[in-house]
Amino acid sequence: MRAYGAILSANFRTLLQYRAAAIAGFTTQIFWGFIRVMIFEAFFRSSSASQPMTVDEVVTYIWLGQAFIMLLPWNIDREIHNLIRSGHVGYELLRPVDLYNLWFSRAMAYRTAPTLLRAVPLLTLALLFLGMGLPASPEAGLAFALSMVGALLISCAFTTLVNVTMMWTISGQGAATMAGIAVTIFTGMVVPIPFFPEWAQTVMEVLPFRGIADTPYRLYTGHIPAGDALFHLAHQLAWTAALVLAGRWVLSRGLRRLVVQGG
Amino acid sequence: MVDAIRLYLRYASISARSQMQYRASFVMETIGQFGNMGVEFIGTLVLFGRFDTLEGWSLAEVAFLYGLVHLGFAFADTFSRGFDSFGVTVRLGDFDRLLLRPRSTALQLAGQEIVLRRLGRLVLAVGVIGWATAALDVDWTAAKVALSILTVTCGAALFAGLMVLHATLAFWTTETLEMTNIVTHGGVETTQFPLSIYRPWFRGIFTFVFPLGAVSYFPAIAILGKADPLGSPLWFQYAAPLIGLVFLLVCLRVWEFGVRRYMSTGS
Repeated sequence: MRAYGAILSANFRTLLQYRAAAIAGFTTQIFWGFIRVMIFEAFFRSSSASQPMTVDEVVTYIWLGQAFIMLLPWNIDREIHNLIRSGHVGYELLRPVDLYNLWFSRAMAYRTAPTLLRAVPLLTLALLFLGMGLPASPEAGLAFALSMVGALLISCAFTTLVNVTMMWTISGQGAATMAGIAVTIFTGMVVPIPFFPEWAQTVMEVLPFRGIADTPYRLYTGHIPAGDALFHLAHQLAWTAALVLAGRWVLSRGLRRLVVQGG
Repeated sequence: MVDAIRLYLRYASISARSQMQYRASFVMETIGQFGNMGVEFIGTLVLFGRFDTLEGWSLAEVAFLYGLVHLGFAFADTFSRGFDSFGVTVRLGDFDRLLLRPRSTALQLAGQEIVLRRLGRLVLAVGVIGWATAALDVDWTAAKVALSILTVTCGAALFAGLMVLHATLAFWTTETLEMTNIVTHGGVETTQFPLSIYRPWFRGIFTFVFPLGAVSYFPAIAILGKADPLGSPLWFQYAAPLIGLVFLLVCLRVWEFGVRRYMSTGS
């Protein structure tokens, strides 16, 4: 366990060095959030029909989405990709740790460091000036916090699974591209899930992706009552377990036929 | 001028042939871009499913606007790679080599790499605008057809201008700033919806500072025959796209100024 902790903290500290990128990203996120907020406000102005979410809930949802955008598993870990391509993955196998856990720890650092850099200033700004609301109730806040942990776990399990599939495709483009598209739409990042047609919602409720963004954000706004939180946390954990098992299985299959190229 | 165009086409064909060596990768990346953009458009469809109208604009009208903006951007984006990675070119001192050649530097950069996979955006834009045109009941006069073509052409010029401006900054910072992408990609994101829905100060940025509205919202209003809540006169809506062309010319002057100030990193 200590070894994984060390891996996590080393990667974490490396990623915290990219402060300029964080500032650029922060500005982009604010700008993007603004556009989305204004588009939704305009839609809400155009129709008096009752909607599945209130405009205030949507605004808060959008800012949460911008703040935690780096948590989404829509890109792959370039370094693992290069390890596999160059054959240096052989060295990784020599280390006296479990390869899956090693890569999972990497993913944890890869997701949390940039998220923290971005989320703290963005949430502060959004809460003070940009119309973002506080959690609906203390219980909603607690449910949100817990489900963000679940979100991190699903995201890392999914990242690791995609990373592992690169053992087959080498170029890695295909899997990463498809994963990115699925993540973008099924997490609710484009449009919150309650706005989708009923049939699409049914599908999206089952899939793991909503647990990364939509579920925690709706718990925060109280759109999903805090009383239902346990069910949604269970959904997140079940999917995490399934993704971890899938990742481990794919990795063991991959290692069995692994040929390290070159010397 | 003819000479420049011939040279550019030659650059383009070399670049296209080299990318076609990796055909599977090209297909995958094109589909990927198509998918990523398609997902955004699905979001618009979903919202119209719930709301019916966006401040008086129907789905087909917004789709037409979307097509106009993305067509212009797609053309410009295809040759933007050289400008995008210009920071690296300056840092490595590779720009010196471009200066030695007896042709315009902007032309050489535009021809550096024609990114074919960005055709994914083009395909989607053509599809969306085609569908919108069929769904709308526009009274197509010769003037409106001409205005549509002018809008896309000048739109491409305006986006090209933004890319040149983006690269020009690298003369001073030796790296292309991530932040300037906000104007380009954020601008596309903004102007694919009617400008009239935004708050006045925000609208102002995309009308007066970076005049993206001139190659999207204003001509679209004229083509679709809508009344403009912002109160622009009809002659302006027809003339507006030309601002995009002027913008490119201004940006090229700024670029030339940057080139004169250029000091090689010497590495």
